[in-house]
Amino acid sequence: MTDDNAAAALRPPEDPLSDPFWKSLADGRLTFQKCKHCGNSWLPARGECPKCLQSDWAWENASGDAKLISWIVYHRAFHPAFADRLPYTVAVVELAEGPRMTSNIVGVADPETLKVDQRLRLTIEQDFGMAVPRFIPV
Amino acid sequence: MRGKYVIAGIGQTAFGGLPGRSTVSLNVEAVRNAIADAGIEKDIVDAVMVKYPTSRFEGMYSQKVAEALGLMPGINCVLDQAGASNASLIGYAAMAIEHGQCDVAVVCFADNPKTGSRAAYARSRDANAMFGFFGTPAAYAMLARRHMGQYGTTHAQLGAIAVACRRHGAQNPKAQLRKALTVDEYLAQPMMVAPFRRDDCCLVSDGGAAVVVMSAERARQLKVRAPVAILGFGQGHTAWDVTQRPDLTTTMATVSAATAFKMAGLGPKNIDVAQIYDCFTITALMTLEDYGFCKKGDGGHYVEGGRIEIGGELPMNTAGGLLSETGMPGLQMVLEGVRQIRGEAVTQVPHAKTCIVSNQGGIMHTHSTLILAQP
Repeated sequence: MTDDNAAAALRPPEDPLSDPFWKSLADGRLTFQKCKHCGNSWLPARGECPKCLQSDWAWENASGDAKLISWIVYHRAFHPAFADRLPYTVAVVELAEGPRMTSNIVGVADPETLKVDQRLRLTIEQDFGMAVPRFIPV
Repeated sequence: MRGKYVIAGIGQTAFGGLPGRSTVSLNVEAVRNAIADAGIEKDIVDAVMVKYPTSRFEGMYSQKVAEALGLMPGINCVLDQAGASNASLIGYAAMAIEHGQCDVAVVCFADNPKTGSRAAYARSRDANAMFGFFGTPAAYAMLARRHMGQYGTTHAQLGAIAVACRRHGAQNPKAQLRKALTVDEYLAQPMMVAPFRRDDCCLVSDGGAAVVVMSAERARQLKVRAPVAILGFGQGHTAWDVTQRPDLTTTMATVSAATAFKMAGLGPKNIDVAQIYDCFTITALMTLEDYGFCKKGDGGHYVEGGRIEIGGELPMNTAGGLLSETGMPGLQMVLEGVRQIRGEAVTQVPHAKTCIVSNQGGIMHTHSTLILAQP
């Protein structure tokens, strides 16, 4: 197991902009930002819509449906906190609502059998003392 | 400006592990060798343009380099485009001379991550460390997996790029890794960050390199021995991070190359030899597609069968590239382009009259292109 200090270092730094994203996950909801001005949706958190540049946006709940854009499988740890988790999978995931995010794919015996664009479903797991959004193949 | 400016001199340090050498010291050695190669006096250099050391960003770095060179230049700057910086600086040097801002420019780079710190290459790719997304190879592997899924690119095709670079590097007495590789040896290696094996990944290297840029007319006045013309240059920047990119397998290298080809009045079929930035195998494969040497998605087929090796249709990375000569981010590719056009390369491509050079950085975020030719 990862010790408490190491886990703390992996948690996101406190930031007024992104704190709501992580707090919602602790309540069981994956959220994204949606622009009230132009309707664009995005992650990760930012102050202005990257399409129309307005600051008039709100957090919305994601359905949890997603697709797999790409994924990699670590067979060597680049950080000591992950040395006892090898092999593990990191992915770029596109939510049904449009935003893309980094995540992990779990619940698959052999990640080499995954396919690009395959359907995924959100699962929120407790890890490193926080709620981590991960995805399982549908 | 086509052909109006030249690379008048090139210089480098040894590549590999150079313990105890500061990056400023390595820059000075590379510049000393470049101005000696050009056959000019140091004091006519009035522009010092530097890519900052990747392993340690520090303020006012180019001013420290200029001071160590004993120069008070008219132009003195660092450019932050990661691995694209040096090729872009050569373009900016030409533009600055064109507009009377300086006369003779040096562009240089040095770093010491092999004997110093390589932490810059192992950091988290974004603020999401809890996912374990650490290290530069992982982010490029993400692009490679998408390319494999989208276009059917195979491990052996990625390996063909490593094989070509290692074959060329093995012949280069100054290369850091002089060990040829076969596709079977490549495929027999274990995965590091799948779909990447170790030999998909660039070297970590100490060393420096420098070039001297001036007008072709000035080179004639100064009786420069072997100037090489800059026919075209361009840039393109894929600004968002990997997760944010609408298409993981196409980059703004397309615009960079199109701009350079337009300026040069040339197209891919006119290129005799190529130096294609190969920090990872996928980088070179996608760049060949984005440059128009083959269709998007056909890069895997294109690199097979020795096409990119000496004797093939488009000999590439003829000194070994980042996979074999040195992991230096880009300037070594310009130096080898100059040697090929001069006819002085170890792995000389017969009758090479044109060379395209790609420099790129981040996770294929930044891109810069140079087209070099005989004057």
